[in-house]
Amino acid sequence: MLETRGLTAFYGDFQALYGIDAALAQGETVAIIGANGAGKSTFLKAVTGLLPSPPGAVRLDGAPIGGLAPARITRLGISLVPEGRRLFPSLSVEENLLIGGYGRAPGGYWNLERVYALFPALAERRRAPGPSLSGGQQQMAAIGRALMANPRILLCDEISLGLAPIVIRDIYNAVPAIKAQGTSILLVEQDIVQAMAVADRVYCFQEGRVSLAGRPSELTREQIHAAYFGA
Amino acid sequence: MTAWLDALLQGIMLGGLYALFAAGLSLIFGIMRLVNLAHGDLIVLAAFVVLVVTTALGLDPFLAALLAAPLLFAFGYALQFILLNRTLGRDILPPLLVTFGLSIIVQNGLLEAFSADSRRLRAGSIETESLSLGGGLAVGVMPLLTLASAVLAILALNFLFYRTSLGRAFRATSDDPETAQLMGIDNKRIFALAMGVAMTVVAVAALYLGMRANFDPTIGPARLIYAFEAVIIGGLGSLWGTLAGGIIIGLAQTIGARIDPEWQILAGHVAFLIVLVLRPRGLFPRAVD
Amino acid sequence: MEASYRVSIGGRYTRHLALAGALVVALLVALPAFAARSLIEDLIFVFYMLALAQYWNLLAGYAGLISVGQQAFVGLGGYLLFALAIMAGLDPLVAIVLAGVIAGLLALPTAFVVFRLRGAYFAIGTWVVAEVYRLVLAQWKQLGGGTGTSLPPEITNTVSGIEGVKALFDVRTSAARDMILYWAALALAAGTVAAVYLILRSRHGLALAAIRDSEPAAASAGVDNFRTKLSVYVATAAGTGMVGALIYLQKARISPDSAFAVLDWTAYVILIVVIGGIGTIEGPIIGVLVFYLLQSYLASFGTWYLILLGALAIVIMLFAPKGIWGYVSERFGLVLFPIRRRLVRPGDAP
Repeated sequence: MLETRGLTAFYGDFQALYGIDAALAQGETVAIIGANGAGKSTFLKAVTGLLPSPPGAVRLDGAPIGGLAPARITRLGISLVPEGRRLFPSLSVEENLLIGGYGRAPGGYWNLERVYALFPALAERRRAPGPSLSGGQQQMAAIGRALMANPRILLCDEISLGLAPIVIRDIYNAVPAIKAQGTSILLVEQDIVQAMAVADRVYCFQEGRVSLAGRPSELTREQIHAAYFGA
Repeated sequence: MTAWLDALLQGIMLGGLYALFAAGLSLIFGIMRLVNLAHGDLIVLAAFVVLVVTTALGLDPFLAALLAAPLLFAFGYALQFILLNRTLGRDILPPLLVTFGLSIIVQNGLLEAFSADSRRLRAGSIETESLSLGGGLAVGVMPLLTLASAVLAILALNFLFYRTSLGRAFRATSDDPETAQLMGIDNKRIFALAMGVAMTVVAVAALYLGMRANFDPTIGPARLIYAFEAVIIGGLGSLWGTLAGGIIIGLAQTIGARIDPEWQILAGHVAFLIVLVLRPRGLFPRAVD
Repeated sequence: MEASYRVSIGGRYTRHLALAGALVVALLVALPAFAARSLIEDLIFVFYMLALAQYWNLLAGYAGLISVGQQAFVGLGGYLLFALAIMAGLDPLVAIVLAGVIAGLLALPTAFVVFRLRGAYFAIGTWVVAEVYRLVLAQWKQLGGGTGTSLPPEITNTVSGIEGVKALFDVRTSAARDMILYWAALALAAGTVAAVYLILRSRHGLALAAIRDSEPAAASAGVDNFRTKLSVYVATAAGTGMVGALIYLQKARISPDSAFAVLDWTAYVILIVVIGGIGTIEGPIIGVLVFYLLQSYLASFGTWYLILLGALAIVIMLFAPKGIWGYVSERFGLVLFPIRRRLVRPGDAP
């Protein structure tokens, strides 16, 4: 459904990705792990159009989406939960959720009630300003906001970052409900355990390249260690 | 005593006019951090558009402004989309210079088209009517209408901002343009819409400007300065603050004029400088910046 | 014992360029001996616009302080000249320098107010301050109030050096005065270029470049952002004040509207810098020459000329933001006033 071939990315003169070949099938959950600076977030930014990519390197259902504006890509059904959550400080929790639905076509499973059902903590603080929430609640809000667009593909950038393990567990408990709607998920994670627990397949990035790919059950600790840190 | 109360009233009414000038500027800066140096000249341009509509169609200024408003909305949308969107970014020099150039073009274009003669929008008898408040005090109907319009405009803008989906999009884009794109918001269109809305407010401001006193192509820059002072005094991001700012400038000018007519404008500037020194962020700054 | 690294500023042709520059200046000094009066007057205009442009460029292109209120100091300089010459009886050339000093002093309270603002709001703030100066000086009845006043002949005819020049070149008083003013303007322009160049070569210049790129980074490197910006603002004000004094000594007539005109002393100046190339020393030189040509041939078109200038500003800002010199310098790698620092390792070519 979503695939990249030979995807490169640059920050100015600095090359962050050196030709990534990856794919995400319908209904799949794929995790991308790797050390800091490996290029994981860069990959997501390139897919969503926040960074330029070579023509034809990123394809959705076979059609190239590389040159499209991020707003357009969102409307095609790809939603990103950005690194650092990035809730809108001037908007309340509820307004943050509502704005997530700005570009959506009518219909679709996720709406305000269902997001509140998924994350009850948000319902209690619906009128509060975004920044007043705890880290975990902000993450829930960011995910809820992305869901409101009823995406076909949900991209998650380091949703466990800076959160306590128990909070991370709570958040990952929501993943099955998201999967149940048939949404494909691509998550970038530093928390390898959680990532491998929910993913159907895993890629490991190392310094801008794919160093390992496979199913979690088939990969050994040694393999992952080597791919993560480099030989 | 009555003279001073009268000055107070006049000042508040004048403040309404300045708030109208400033509201558009405040909106644009709030959403896209753009300071439009041509803002005053655009108000004057709008006044001329209203004038042309009144003379061509024989309408009274209020109706003419109603007709002109959609035209000015479209003009603002186009201006932003085609020209000003290209100037947005981290560097402040491009928007400054481009709007500066725009200001010169508008002023001189108007001079070419309309000459330097003074013009006026004639509204008939309503111009001189007044309401008596007792105790020898009276307020002109026109100034009162101006203040009322300013309040209405701000109410309408706040409604737009805080209770509509579009307003949410404005606020989100203002907070974080990159993440706003991830919501499916097209920044270019949002900014163009915002400028269109601002030009509609400018149309209202132009209506009252033209009815209140004579206008000619060169008075733009002074209006920009009053608008800017009102926005700064009020505090960035607060429309009611802008109203307060406008009223403070209006009061300062009117009271200054009572002391010595030559001091009118200077008094406004001095009030601005005092507020700037004592409260650099303005009187009602938004908590988030 | 390790050989040491050193930081070098000069380029390959620095000596040659310096020599060429000195020749140009020498030629300009000698010019009045054989040039027509109209050329001398035109060059006075070119010199003072160049000086104003260099100062604005230093402020905006290097310190990142974009001001649309420098006309405040032009006007102040002009009025101070009139006051010092008429009321204090000072020799006008001395008054020019003193006017600059006083303008610089007045820049301190001005900065106290305008530095509270940032970015585009700082810009408009400087404009407001200029308006305040204009309105206040318009109250000064002794210098003509709102309508202004002229310099009496006793003053314009007794500028120091007039008698000497008259004898040397056998010209009338008015021509002699023009020559003196020409040399004063040349001194100001050349002096400004030299001063700006020296500042940028010094560690202050490095500090400025750092501030322009990133204030937090500069501060963390130990640069006192506020002091540096304030110094540049005051120095620019003093320089602009001197130029203003010279301008109005030449015009011999002043009024608040003329002295504080946004168009003449800010709009044209900014246009010159932007056309030539902001953030470079060479830029304003090119810009002023282009502007001079535009002014000479097109000014008669009145409002259409101004519309053209406005459109030019927009087009340049959108399509060629680095100006003529920016483009040329990138394309051909030319530098006339080297200020980039290079690290020279032992054994490298100098």
